[in-house]
Amino acid sequence: MVRLAVPLRALAQRFSFLLLVSSAIMLMMVGKIDAVLVENVRARVTDAFAPILEAISRPAATTANLVETANELVDLRGENERLRQENAVLLQWQQAAQRLEAENRSLRGLLNYVPEPAARFVTARVVADPGGAFVRTLVVTAGRRDGVRRGQAALSGRGLVGRVVEVGEWSARVLLVTDLNARVPVVLEPSRQRAVLGGDNGDQPLLMYMPPDAPVSVGDRVTTSGHGGLIPAGLPVGVVASVGERGVRVAPMVDLSRVEHLQIVDFGLPGGLAAEAAARGGMQ
Amino acid sequence: MTGSFWTRVDAAGRNVAPFAVTAMLILVAMVPLYLPGYGAVAPGLGLMAVYYWTIHRPDLLRPAFSFGLGVMQDLLGGTPLGSTALVYVLVCWLILTRRRFFLSTGFTMLWVGFGLVVLGAAAVSWVSHSILQVALLPVAPVLVQALLTAALFPLFAWLFIKVHRAFLQV
Repeated sequence: MVRLAVPLRALAQRFSFLLLVSSAIMLMMVGKIDAVLVENVRARVTDAFAPILEAISRPAATTANLVETANELVDLRGENERLRQENAVLLQWQQAAQRLEAENRSLRGLLNYVPEPAARFVTARVVADPGGAFVRTLVVTAGRRDGVRRGQAALSGRGLVGRVVEVGEWSARVLLVTDLNARVPVVLEPSRQRAVLGGDNGDQPLLMYMPPDAPVSVGDRVTTSGHGGLIPAGLPVGVVASVGERGVRVAPMVDLSRVEHLQIVDFGLPGGLAAEAAARGGMQ
Repeated sequence: MTGSFWTRVDAAGRNVAPFAVTAMLILVAMVPLYLPGYGAVAPGLGLMAVYYWTIHRPDLLRPAFSFGLGVMQDLLGGTPLGSTALVYVLVCWLILTRRRFFLSTGFTMLWVGFGLVVLGAAAVSWVSHSILQVALLPVAPVLVQALLTAALFPLFAWLFIKVHRAFLQV
């Protein structure tokens, strides 16, 4: 080891800092210019760390389950009563659904309707919820070898959570609907008003590109419209939570901070605009 | 001969501790805790580790290592590549140019210093993310995250001091 003179060492130190800071800024530029390259590297690194993340996320998941179980035990009677009532209502809906299904089948027979391709899905565990204050993504333990592809929709039991933006060999990253960069074409349920659901990193995404006099009220259901062809129509996304001066906010169906498992759904090959959006690097 | 070999392996293992602790905390910070709203304000555990080790053992957690860990965090976390690395390098630079101040004072001052560093780091990352997104991002989550990180610092500082005493002071 060479012992440098003190001023020389200070100079070297300052130079190395300058080098590191400019490398960081260069990396940011590279991320902007060559998104595909960065995405590839990201997928590799996420693949490499996925097993570690999976291992350290187990205890947290177990604890969360235990707390949940304890909460359920406390409120067993009330829950039972609520479920009884809900069941009575649902039985009526079941009748209605069966009647409509039969009617639908006969009408489709009359019209020679082309059915949509059957969907395949893979269920994956959420192992990381990184990104902090600026990014809303989840890392899941399913990747290319499980049939996950860019642009596929990620659902939890009750509705749309986001879509796949990066795929590794056995891990994938899902961009949540609340992320700043997420845009989902949607339609409001009673009025059939089209809009685009855009996240802003908050808990409740915003409805964009809506005419100012559009009929919208709190409690309207928001579902995917299927425009753009990337995500099929009719998937529930959320419910209108507030209508105000500063826009219409939508509460997602799913509590995004408590998603433990995701279904990644392949609805058949996307074409047209969707294929372009699903192309690598399309997210940035 | 073997004695000196094992001594060297032992020393190397001990010297890796700051880096390993920092890397581990960066990963732990990404674990979903299933608490509502937690993901957005998850404390920056990596920053705590970078702060502590750069003050106490800058020879073991060099700025270049902090830079590398920042890049790893960016790649894994989905944040723009280089943004966390920039914050970590700037923190290292601030500490190493004023190391005498950070080293000589007691624990309260260590905590206060960390509070200032956290606020500076939050400002730097807010500015860099806003530039990269070409939009003014909301400030509230960044501030809450910074405050939570500062509030939890003593807990993790205690852990660092334990590791420091156990592995690095014979």
